[in-house]
This record gives sequence, structure tokens and C-alpha cells, in this order.
Amino acid sequence: MRNSAVVFAVAALALAGCTPQHEEHTMAQTVTFADPWASAADTGMTAVFGTLQNTGHHDAHIVSATSPVAEMVELHEVAADANGVKTMRPKEAGFAVPAGGEHELAPGGDHIMLMDLTAPLQPGADVEVTVMFDDGSSLPVQAQVRDFPGGKENYQPAKPHDRG
Amino acid sequence: MRVNRRRLLTGGAAALAAGAVVTASGVANSAVVDHGFGTDAEPFYGPHQAGIATAPQAHGVFLAFDVKPTDTRSERDTVAAILRLWTVDAARLTAGRPAVADTEPELATRPARLTVTVGLGPGLLGRLGATVPRSARDLPEFGPDRLQERWSGGDLLLQICGDDPVSIAHATRVLTKNVRAMAVQRWRQAGFRNARGADRQGTSMRNLMGQVDGTVNLAPDEFDELVWLGDEVYPGLAGGTLMVLRRIEMQLDTWDELDRESKELTVGRTLDSGAPLTGQRETDEPDFTLARNGIPVIPPNSHIALARHRHDGERFLRRPYNYDDAPEPGQTSNTGLIFATYQRDIDTQFLPVQQRLAQFDALNQWTTAIGSSVFVILPGVRSPEGYLGQELLAG
Repeated sequence: MRNSAVVFAVAALALAGCTPQHEEHTMAQTVTFADPWASAADTGMTAVFGTLQNTGHHDAHIVSATSPVAEMVELHEVAADANGVKTMRPKEAGFAVPAGGEHELAPGGDHIMLMDLTAPLQPGADVEVTVMFDDGSSLPVQAQVRDFPGGKENYQPAKPHDRG
Repeated sequence: MRVNRRRLLTGGAAALAAGAVVTASGVANSAVVDHGFGTDAEPFYGPHQAGIATAPQAHGVFLAFDVKPTDTRSERDTVAAILRLWTVDAARLTAGRPAVADTEPELATRPARLTVTVGLGPGLLGRLGATVPRSARDLPEFGPDRLQERWSGGDLLLQICGDDPVSIAHATRVLTKNVRAMAVQRWRQAGFRNARGADRQGTSMRNLMGQVDGTVNLAPDEFDELVWLGDEVYPGLAGGTLMVLRRIEMQLDTWDELDRESKELTVGRTLDSGAPLTGQRETDEPDFTLARNGIPVIPPNSHIALARHRHDGERFLRRPYNYDDAPEPGQTSNTGLIFATYQRDIDTQFLPVQQRLAQFDALNQWTTAIGSSVFVILPGVRSPEGYLGQELLAG
């Protein structure tokens, strides 16, 4: 029953895509952030994951994010260096969510990094995160905090930190 | 030749014929459908939690946790966080969807009627300032009991049932690890009934003493009166129920010493069909007045004579599971029954029966309760916006 309803909904969307005179939507209106969650942390930094889904006709680009619990928020990718050691680093191009497709944020891959936490993120709590698109629209989400031991790659800042 | 329809439907030939039809359609289906019952799912949302009125699944795991004290959160906030996490993941896993942040999502795709049922211990409820149902308190140690701390009590209960032990193991792992910072596991009991499909649906299970178990149970239309809590007295608990969970060890080595007739006199039922000693079929009403040569056919201290309700209000739902765990070195068995019952009022429904059994049950010589817990099972979650215990914790 539920499956057929989903199939029907998808079919309806596909039909809508065939209509030439569709309204223009902002990126935030066509993108949903499914199953958002954040890894628990007392201090320092932690990450937000989930699946970005774009039901629109144009690619959507996420360029930044903010959160009331972090002094700084970066969009990160994880990449292996010449020795195969994985590090995470800022993804300068941001996240692209293809039209009619999705972009997954997962441990070991792209994620939203919350840095310099202003309060502990404890399991079961909700964290507010707002993602910003390059058309100026923004999408607020509530990520549930999870006790998660994975995704602890070394952090390699874009530029060396001024430690002075 | 004429076929007598009534004989066909009730006789042995009918059973054979029906079996042939089932087998044939099973084969026909298997050519079209590439899955078994793995994708069967029980509904999660509703006024009551699943796993109580649900037809008993083949496997059940019961886990108790104690809330860890922390400096950073109140106990109320910690419990709310645990219940929110469990709600989100239970809704997904029982529907065959991976949990949030599931590291083994492939294990979630075959729920096989997975249910997750959550309860709170009366002690925790009291600490949270909730109105604790009057009869929800730890049971005393009855005469024949040898209760062990390691099988008793707890702040939180997780009952995870399903027809596939793999999805149960996955759900158990997910729900346990996600709260490890907030709760410590106190005990875990795993049980089983006959495998799904091994018998006709609705067949009473056999316990590991060989007895047909659970013949007298509630009909679906009796749950409102005998199982579910009403909203008149206990805010936030309407639609919940009270659970008694007793771990009953069986002394199979000494049970073996009894001949068959003695075993049947102890229980009051025949071992083969489960019929009362005064009847022919399992479902026959026992006749406790019938005597031969002045001796009652069903002994007054037999298990069924004492377990029998004295009035309609002394009934409750029984949903037991067998256990057969690894024996200690040098022992031959570590076997028994995880006796789970659900009722509105433990004092009026469960206790009178339990007191009779504790005092006189002939079976006590071969069975010993080694664990005892009482939990208040929370109401169901009505929609994806809600979470278990929401109303209770908001109040």
C-alpha cells in the first residue's frame, strides 16, 4: 500500500516535470534535507550528515551553512592523500545537488562541519543548521544528535591556522 | 461419489487436502515472488505500541537498562532523549528501513514483523514525578522464588520481537548503542517460540517441559477492559499497559524423573494434545468437579486448577517465550520460560493468581522464578511528529 503510494507520488512528480510552464522555485524550495543527523561531541568540532534531495529542474548549489551551536561552519569533503591517508578539508565548490537527484552527506564523505562548538551536542538532542544556496535562499533543518564513533578523519584546514 | 463438505472441512482428509493446496500455491507463488515473510511489517504508529496485541512472533529479546546519571542533563531530559532516539529508529526498523546513521543498513531490509515495545520502571516513573499506576511496583519474592538481581528490575525496558533473529539482532544493536552514553544495560533475555511456519497460525506454543502453554488467553475484544490503561487516572499513560516479566527456570533433570502420568497430573492437562484431563481437546473447558472414585480427575493443586481465573477480572494477557541458554560448565541445561504478562491492574488481575500458584502449585517443585520485573509500557506513538512518552514527559 505504502509502496504504491510512493510510486504514485514519484510518477506525479515525473509528470509535473513534463509540464513546460512550471513556476520558478528557489533552490531552498526544491531541496529537502532527509534524515539529518549530527555526531555527538562535547567540545571542538563535529559533523552533520543526511541526504539532500532536489526535486527541481535545476541543479542546486549549497555554498555555506550556519548553526547557533558553532562559531564556524564549513562544507567539507574527505579525500585520500598520496599515501592513501584520508583527511577532511573544506570543499571550495560547496555541494551540488543535481536536478531530480540527490547528494549524500555521510561519514567518510561530504559533510557539514560544525566547528568551535558553543555547547555540548548530546545524543537525542536536536541541532539547528541552516544551509545557504548560491541563489541566496536558505533551508533550515533540525538534525538529531547521534552517538557515532566513525568519521573521525584528520582535519586539514584550507590555510594553516594562525596559532599566535 | 459425493463428498461430505463438513467432513472435508473438519476431518483428517481435509487437513491433507488443505496441506496439498497450500503447498501447491506456495510453489506457484515462489515463481513470482522472490521474497518470503522477511518483508512483512507490523504497523508502528497507533494508540498502543505494537508487540502486545501483535500475534506472538517466533523470537523475542527483552532488555533492561538503568539511566546513567550525568552532570550535564536532568534525568528527565536524558529519558526524553533516549525515547526520542528509540522512537525514530523503531519506526524505521519495523518498517524495514535502516535506522538513522545505520552502519549496517542491509540488515534492516527484512523486518519479518519486527516490533519494538518500550516501558519504564515504576522507580524511574516516580523519580520523573509522574503519577505511577497504583499496582505498578516491584513484586515481592514469593515463597518458591529465588530472585536474582541480575534478572530483575530496571529503569527502561526494550522488548524486541520478530520472526527473524537477524533483524532482531540488528535492532537490538542499533537501539542499544545509540543510548550507550545515557543508559547502561542491566540484563538481556532472549527467547523463542516455534519457528514461523512450523505450525498452523494461532497454535499454542509448547514450553520446554513439553506442555502446551498459553491455551487460555484473551480475545482481541477483551484488551480494552483487561490490558490497556484508561486515561482517567494516569495522564500520559492512556493506551499503555502494565507488564510483569518473570524469568522462570525449569529443573529439567528432576522433571525427567517423573513418569508421564505424574507430569500430566502436575499440570492438569495431557501432554500430547494439551486437553484438560477431563476433556478431549486443548480448547475443552476443564471440569474441576469431575471425580473418579472420589478423587478429583484434575488435582486441586495442579497448575491449571490454580492458574484458572476465579472470576473474569482475574485474567491477563500472557505472551511467553522459551529460553534455552548456555548452561554453566558441568550442567546439562539452562532452560526455562520468559513469562511476560500484560494487564491494567497487577493487584487485581495478576497477583491473586500468582499468590495461589506460589502457595500450592504442584509444578513449583520443578520451576523457580529467578527474575522479576514490572514495567509500565508506554502508549503508542500516533504520528511521525510524536515520540514515545511525549505526553508523559511534557506533563
